[in-house]
Amino acid sequence: MSKIGHRLEPKTRPPEIRKKDFEEVELTISPEEAIKEASRDIKFCAAPCSFRGCPVNVNIPGFLKKVSEGDFKEAYKILIQNTPVPSITGRVCQQEIQCEGQCVLRRVGEPIAIGAVERFVGDWALENNIEIPVTSEKKHKKVAVVGSGPSGIVAAADLARMGYDVTMYEAFHIPGGVLAYGIPEFRLPKRILRKEFERLQNLGVNIELGVVVGTTYTIPELLKDYNAVFLGVGAGRPIFLNVPGENLAGIYTANEFLTRVNLMKAYMFPEYDTPIHVGKKVAVIGAGNTAMDAARSALRLGADVYVIYRRGRNEVSARAVEFKHAEEEGVKFIFWAAPVEFESNDGINVSSIKLMKMKPGEPDRSGRPRPVPTGETFNFDTDMVITAIGFYPNPLIPQMTPDLKVDDHGRVVVDIEGRTSIPRVYAGGDIVTGESTVIEAMGWGRRVARTIDKDLQKI
Amino acid sequence: MIKERQIIYKKELATNIYEMLIEAPKVARAAHAGQFVLIMVDEKGERVPMTLVDWNPEVGWIKIVYQEVGTSTIKLSMKKVGDEIYYIAGPLGHPSRVSKFGNVLMVGGGVGIPALYPIARELKRLGNRVITVIGAKTSNALIYEKEMSEVSDEVYITTDDGSKGIKGFTVDAVKLLLNNGEKFDAVWAVGPALMMKAVAEVTNGKIPVSYSSLNSIMVCGVGMCGACRVTVGNKTLLTCVDGPEFDSYQVNWKELTIRLQAYKKEEMISLEMLKGAGKV
Repeated sequence: MSKIGHRLEPKTRPPEIRKKDFEEVELTISPEEAIKEASRDIKFCAAPCSFRGCPVNVNIPGFLKKVSEGDFKEAYKILIQNTPVPSITGRVCQQEIQCEGQCVLRRVGEPIAIGAVERFVGDWALENNIEIPVTSEKKHKKVAVVGSGPSGIVAAADLARMGYDVTMYEAFHIPGGVLAYGIPEFRLPKRILRKEFERLQNLGVNIELGVVVGTTYTIPELLKDYNAVFLGVGAGRPIFLNVPGENLAGIYTANEFLTRVNLMKAYMFPEYDTPIHVGKKVAVIGAGNTAMDAARSALRLGADVYVIYRRGRNEVSARAVEFKHAEEEGVKFIFWAAPVEFESNDGINVSSIKLMKMKPGEPDRSGRPRPVPTGETFNFDTDMVITAIGFYPNPLIPQMTPDLKVDDHGRVVVDIEGRTSIPRVYAGGDIVTGESTVIEAMGWGRRVARTIDKDLQKI
Repeated sequence: MIKERQIIYKKELATNIYEMLIEAPKVARAAHAGQFVLIMVDEKGERVPMTLVDWNPEVGWIKIVYQEVGTSTIKLSMKKVGDEIYYIAGPLGHPSRVSKFGNVLMVGGGVGIPALYPIARELKRLGNRVITVIGAKTSNALIYEKEMSEVSDEVYITTDDGSKGIKGFTVDAVKLLLNNGEKFDAVWAVGPALMMKAVAEVTNGKIPVSYSSLNSIMVCGVGMCGACRVTVGNKTLLTCVDGPEFDSYQVNWKELTIRLQAYKKEEMISLEMLKGAGKV
């Protein structure tokens, strides 16, 4: 234990200060801290972090070794072979169940803070304007990447580096998909996102905003202009609770709330035109990452915030660190309760929720105890509700593309390498898997970019 | 050289009601009757849905008509010919489900009339007999009378104050037509929610097919935020990707009216701020 030392815990801004603003919570570690932490690496490990832990197979021992030597530029070069955006993945990946979850040091002590070191290297490279070199010759073939979220970013970067002419289409006015509309400023600052997109453009990726593929251009139209089309349009459609009163004013889906706050900057209303109705006492339904983001954003807008979850504390599905940060900041949790009805005093705005007390039952497919209604209900007074119980795949492209095969859940059906039912059309990320994580989607982007390259070599 | 998203023409049709042509070739080439665009006037602006009134795929422009009601529309009016709009995305939503019905009744109120125009034009082109009822508060506020006449077999006008046509609301003229024994195979209503609701109530059971184009508050426009959700036939649907037109007889009008009021207070704050800045 003494030999491998204690794990570095990145510094965070004090909860009582950070909960009043949208500035970043966790701070980037210093070069000295990075070197020290990376030096905890042990010489002969089989790197399960890279092979089992990381969906994009980052060469983790390789980049840590370079960091330990103080060679950040080489470390960056190694990182971006697999993650083109280490400043983003270092911030948002669920490291404790991925790379750090597989770290061999976990067995004898504490795992290396891989995410914090990765983030340091990414930020260092952004500050020092280190460019990603393009290694391949121009292939003179065109690929359209639809959606600028996690899977699209990786697919576009990989294909551009392979020498393809890549055009990325985004429906919104800012690129990034869920990274732009979903993940709040205090977890992923927009300046980082902007810089990473500048980098993509420097790689030669052409980004077109305000294009809604499915209606502005149909898939058959894109196939006339491009050799291949990659669909990375995500799991955008919010799931509703389908209980009475859910459409009262003051009840938001997490996507609407976060889109207003993040993408439209409603937290700066009325300087920005998009309003947000901030309640005094806010109830957030659900306990995943999106629920934590919504709860902590509402807290920053001045509300008293309660997360209501139908399961218990041990079943919270958010990243451990987000749950911890939320509690530190003063978000309160009500476990084993589920909404059965939303009520209104004035017939317009929500004023209370009727909650069913739940209890743990038999384990479900996820291995967690299934929440079972007890039959006992209680009322919770609130003037704003945010529902964060999950998403379905975005229906827009399947709706407009009858030939595109989707399953019963609206997920685009692909083979193991990402080919859809339409020749030269590929898909990856949440539109294929349903709701998943940023890095899982990035893994798809990478895999499908290789498939596209393989297929286009043949023509 | 006209740039994308540049305003190429602007005209005040009536007090506070404007018609605007904007260069938007990508939208114009794909547009159909009944669809809309999302506009952000500037980078601090809201995402505002605007129904496509007309478009020219060859030349590349789109036409919108709007009434100044709040910050976004006032800011849009402050833009001059030659200025650029920050963002336009579209066309969005499903096209109107037009076909050869036979006799079709078109009901439009206020700025809903221009939104109704391309649908009426398409129905006329398909060989329907198009009977149109359009209404406004007063004769000076009535717009698109000429345009609707060009694509209709008959046009009836109502004004709240009786300054032109029938005194009353559009629904009163609809009642008169139905009471006179007119038979219709389909009806389209575009206008304020209360108008569309009233039309749905009097035509239900008398006209088999009925569509209304809903004006829900929207944010994303592409089906991911749920702001524009509406209950249709006991199902929660999204106006942006499932609509904007729905079966009028299935829409939960009460809920739509409630949700339209969600931001009344904030709309006032925003407007005060705009006025305070001395821009208006």
